[in-house]
Amino acid sequence: MPDDAIRCDACPVLCYIKPGRTGSCDRYGNHDGKLVRLDPHVMLGRAVERGDSLVPFLERSENWDGTLVSHGDTFVTAIGAGTTYPDYKPAPFIISSQVEGVDMVTVVTEGIFSYCGVKVKIDTDRHLGDECSTVRADSEAVGHVTTSEYGSQMLSLGGVRHLTGGSRHEGTATCDALLNLCNGKAVELEIEKGATVVVQAGKAPIVDGAQEERMRVGCGSATIGMFAKQWFGKVDEVVVVDDHITGVLSEHQAGKLLDIPETGIKLKGRRSTPGRYFQVAEPGTSWGGTNIDDPLLILGKFNAKKAWPGLRLLMVSTTGEHHAYFELDQNLRPKQAELPAALRESVARIKENCEPALCTVLFMGGAGGSLRAGVTENPVRLTHSVRDALTRVTCGGAPVYVWPGGGITFMVDVTRMPQNAFGYVPTPALVAPIEFTLKLSDYAALGGYLDHVRPLDSISSEKDGMRRVAAHQRNPWPLAGAKSK
Amino acid sequence: MMPRAQMRVLPDSRRLHLHDGPIDLIVEAFGAFPEVQAAYDAACARFPSVLDELCAELTLLRRQCHPDSRWPEGTVARRMFAAVLPYAGEYFITPMAAVAGAVAEEILSAMKEAARLSRAYVNNGGDIAIHLTEGETFVVGMVERPDRRSLFGMLTISSADPARGIATSGWRGRSFSLGIADAVTVLADRAAAGDAAATMIANAVDLPGNPRILRIPACELAPDNDLGDLLVTHGVGALTCRDVDDALASGVSTAERLLRVGLIRAAALNLCHETRLVGVTQKEISALPERSLVHA
Repeated sequence: MPDDAIRCDACPVLCYIKPGRTGSCDRYGNHDGKLVRLDPHVMLGRAVERGDSLVPFLERSENWDGTLVSHGDTFVTAIGAGTTYPDYKPAPFIISSQVEGVDMVTVVTEGIFSYCGVKVKIDTDRHLGDECSTVRADSEAVGHVTTSEYGSQMLSLGGVRHLTGGSRHEGTATCDALLNLCNGKAVELEIEKGATVVVQAGKAPIVDGAQEERMRVGCGSATIGMFAKQWFGKVDEVVVVDDHITGVLSEHQAGKLLDIPETGIKLKGRRSTPGRYFQVAEPGTSWGGTNIDDPLLILGKFNAKKAWPGLRLLMVSTTGEHHAYFELDQNLRPKQAELPAALRESVARIKENCEPALCTVLFMGGAGGSLRAGVTENPVRLTHSVRDALTRVTCGGAPVYVWPGGGITFMVDVTRMPQNAFGYVPTPALVAPIEFTLKLSDYAALGGYLDHVRPLDSISSEKDGMRRVAAHQRNPWPLAGAKSK
Repeated sequence: MMPRAQMRVLPDSRRLHLHDGPIDLIVEAFGAFPEVQAAYDAACARFPSVLDELCAELTLLRRQCHPDSRWPEGTVARRMFAAVLPYAGEYFITPMAAVAGAVAEEILSAMKEAARLSRAYVNNGGDIAIHLTEGETFVVGMVERPDRRSLFGMLTISSADPARGIATSGWRGRSFSLGIADAVTVLADRAAAGDAAATMIANAVDLPGNPRILRIPACELAPDNDLGDLLVTHGVGALTCRDVDDALASGVSTAERLLRVGLIRAAALNLCHETRLVGVTQKEISALPERSLVHA
């Protein structure tokens, strides 16, 4: 018998199970040398999934401070409402409930979104790739790099052109990447002539194998403004290296206010306003999102009329991740020296003031088509009702931002939705839950299917395959504060 | 002592759930109420001893099957042996390759003997034995990957078709595979035969020597597995379109050979969202009924 395996005696198969593995039943496992029983419902769970629709209830957590009557404490999400198992026909779930004495209706559907994508915000100063560069997953084009925003790089992935406009492989690779991102899984993205980045909603990005720790405290110029007083008297010159806006203390307005004398420093790049420089180097993944590993490369010769031997110079990046301290020698050349303790503190302060770097994934989809017909016989009225804020749209119970303009095009933060809320169809397209909540009287007015409305009480966990999950603490309660007409 | 096997009617009041050790069955019978009752009683009478019977001969059932190997004693074991025997001369195969299908077949046969049913199925984790009387049909949903809830198509089996067994195999499923197929779904005359055939076709969907495929000796994952030190698929990296084509072509050629000699009636092979069909046309795979899913 292999010495690290244990023998399971739960059934006559008597499996030898290696550490970290399960037996042939997938139910008993070897955890650190001990036989443990895993989720006792795994098998049944699968069986139930095979046969039944699982539509989670959202259940308000106990620390909710709302004053609604108890009836309003359960909200049915659309997740799983539209499973496609043969022989199983779920009626569309149109649920009525009473909130503060008002009859409310929630229409629950799962939509197939051929028109959808994700907007990804990656907190990093590192240059991931040029604007408009193609982003690939599984070697297929799935999107592109869009604008750089504050301390972050935006990617736009998916969309109907990648889903349906390219080869079949491109479509399925796009669908896969979107599905995994939306369900909170890590996806490796390759940026053309740029970095390889691992993106996972709510987690730190991993750029070319290195995990990003911090988001910048500000641009180089802002950093000068924030820390000028703390540097005053401890150092003669500070350069905050930033690919966008590099700051120079002695020339910056903040330095002038403190009467910091000129130092004769000469920056490469294009001067914008005093103490603020653009394009000091090329974009890259090193110091402050530039391509330089040696910060002195962005400096010219010190002006001999103004500089002096012994001048103390601190160079630091916008996250404090990179820093170096120099003193000028007799020939006014910077010589690296150990960072004095007094400055070490200010570098630590920069780091301390940075927020953790994260990836954010917003799902964006358009519910302009036939999905509306499942809600009302007069689809455009639903659009109007959403626009007039009479109908609240949620995605798996999470709040959405509905874009102004035509259609119901919305965005939602996937980390605020229940786990594995998204599915796909091999068309390829994403399947996402969407719920429309409105007053019963408004629902009648827009031509809703009143004969399909079921009271919440009539839904049972067993018969309807419902699963209760706790509501996300940061989300407003979907049934709260219904606006009256 | 508490009986080990769990047997209960599911909350939908229609289906029976039978569970014992690694065996997990969903059973449904159709017909007059007393007949369905009798069928479920028969299933519950037959089920509790199945695992013990198999375990009594487990050593033999885990051994490679040769054309002149000794037949096992148990009825389920003999179904397994019969299902893998056609492959024994040419390939490495053990009777365990057909265990899921054979158990499904055995329970279905007990039900059929006890009651007059219009139709019935016994689903053993995707290996399914079906019963159809004249004019009846079953609609079967086929998954692209066993670890995901996504159907790529539906197939209708009618009483005029010879197929009474459906099986799915692939490395992402519960059992080990020598190949890289995400899922191979097979229709065969019987469930055990389908189980063995799906295993062999899934093994054939492969790219020998491709560095992007992670293979590990089966015994390192499960020391007493019937595959011993054979390398089983543990991970598949990004494949090119060409790789996917080549691997599927190799599986298709095996499936076509099995189709010619009647070991299977049809097969659908899936890898990286690509599907190849053997013995069935795209037209016969009906599109998914989208029910309450609607296009946004």
